[in-house]
Amino acid sequence: MIRVVLPAHLRTLADVDGEVELDIEGQATPRVVLDALEARYPMLRGTIRDHETQQRRAFLRFFGCGEDLSHEPPDAPLPDAIAVGAEPFLIVGAMAGG
Amino acid sequence: MSGVRALVGTRKGAFVLTADATREQWDISGPHFAGWEIYHLTGSPLDPNRVYASQSTGWFGQLIQRSNDGGRTWEPMGNEFQYDGVPGTHQWYDGTPHPWEFARVWHLEPSPADPDTIYAGVEDAALFRSIDGGQTWNELSGLRAHGSGSSWQPGAGGMCLHTIVLDPDHPERIFVAISAAGVFRTDDAGETWRPANRGLQSEGIPDSDAEVGHCVHRIAMHPSRPDVLFMQKHWDVMRSDDAGDSWHEVSGNLPSDFGFPIEVHAHEPDTIYVVPIKSDSEHYPPDGKLRVYRSRTGGNEWEPLTKGLPQSDCYVNVLRDAMAVDSLDSCGVYFGTTGGQVYASTDAGDSWAPIVRDLPAVLSVEVQTLA
Repeated sequence: MIRVVLPAHLRTLADVDGEVELDIEGQATPRVVLDALEARYPMLRGTIRDHETQQRRAFLRFFGCGEDLSHEPPDAPLPDAIAVGAEPFLIVGAMAGG
Repeated sequence: MSGVRALVGTRKGAFVLTADATREQWDISGPHFAGWEIYHLTGSPLDPNRVYASQSTGWFGQLIQRSNDGGRTWEPMGNEFQYDGVPGTHQWYDGTPHPWEFARVWHLEPSPADPDTIYAGVEDAALFRSIDGGQTWNELSGLRAHGSGSSWQPGAGGMCLHTIVLDPDHPERIFVAISAAGVFRTDDAGETWRPANRGLQSEGIPDSDAEVGHCVHRIAMHPSRPDVLFMQKHWDVMRSDDAGDSWHEVSGNLPSDFGFPIEVHAHEPDTIYVVPIKSDSEHYPPDGKLRVYRSRTGGNEWEPLTKGLPQSDCYVNVLRDAMAVDSLDSCGVYFGTTGGQVYASTDAGDSWAPIVRDLPAVLSVEVQTLA
C-alpha cells in the first residue's frame, strides 16, 4: 500500500480528505504510483503530469523520506519506506508565485 | 420570474451573482474554485443552467468545469488540449521560432445551435471544439495551418485566441481574434480560414497594414446583424460592415482609443460600449476617471457615461472579456475591473452602481438573462 499526500487544491479537485492510499502491483516507482492515482481519480489527469509528455508539471515537486525525488527517473524505484507505506509520497506545490 | 445571472471569473476564483429582473438586490455565490484563475465562465444559450468554466493555475495547469445547475455544483470535464499533428512553431518575442505550447483556455463559446457543442480559444493560439459537452476536445487546425501561423507573435499577455464570434445566420461562419495576429474567419465550420484584417493600421508592426500581425483586443457582433462587427484594437476602435472583409475606424471623439472590451446593446445594434484606457503602458482610465463611452450611432460619436462611476483617483483596468449585457427590456450593462469591482447599469449605461466591490481582479463577466 502506498500513501500519497496531495496538495490542497488537488484534494479539493479529487474530493478527498487526508492521504490517498493506493494498492499497486510490482515495483513502486513514481510512474506506477501516478498511474494508479490517476486511474482512481481521473480528474487529476493533466494536473500533475503533462497529458502527452508525462513530464512532471514545472511547479510541482515529489518529496519522500525527507528527500526531493522530483528529478529521479519516473521508473526509478521509490524508497522502501514509501513502497511499504511507512512514509508517504508527497506531491507538493512548489513555492512559486505570490 | 425573470432575472439575471452574472458569471464572474477572477484571478482567485469564480463568483455567481444573481438578481431578479429589477436587478437591485444581488446574491453573491463564491468563490468557486478558490485560489484558481478563472479566465472565463459562460453559459449555454440553449440551456442556461449549463455553465462552463475555464480554471487554471501555473501549478496544476488547465481544467474545464461544467455545471448543470446554474453554477451551484460543478463537475470536471476533459482537460486534454492536444494540438493536431506536429504543432510546429510560431515566432517568439525575439523573432526566433518557438514551439506551439498549450498554456490555458482564455475563452469558451457555447454553440447557439447545439447544447453539447462548445468552442475554446487557447494560448498558444488555437481553436478547439468539443461536441460532447466538454468531455473531449479537438483542434480545428485549419486555423493555424492556413499559412501565416508560423509568423504569429505573442502580444504582451501571451499569444492567445481570446475572442470567438459565432454567426447565428451562417452556422459555418466563425470569427476568431488572436493577439497579436488579428481576426480570422472561416465559412466552412473551421476547415479553412483566412485573415480578415483589411483596413487595420497598427504602428507597432513593421508593415502597418499587414495581412496579419495586428493586436486585436476584442470583437463584438449584434446577433440581428451578423455582417456588422465592432472591434477594440490595441489602439483604435474599428467597424466592419461586410463580415470582416474590410474595417474602418470609428474612434471619433473618444479620449483614448486604446482599450480592451467592446460590447453591443442587446436591442439596439448601433449602440456600442467601450472603456477607454490611457495607453498601452498605462492600463488605467485617462485622468483617473472611470468612464464607459457609448455610441448610439455605431461609432464615431461617443458620449461619456459617468453617473455612479468613480471620477477621481481611479486606476483600474477593464479586461477584454469583462463586459457584458443582459437582454431585459431595459438593457443591463455590466463590467468588472482589475480592482475587483463589478458595476451594473440597468438603464443601458445612463447610471451605474457596484454589485460588489472587493473581489479579486476580475478577468471576465458574462451575463445570462433568465426566463
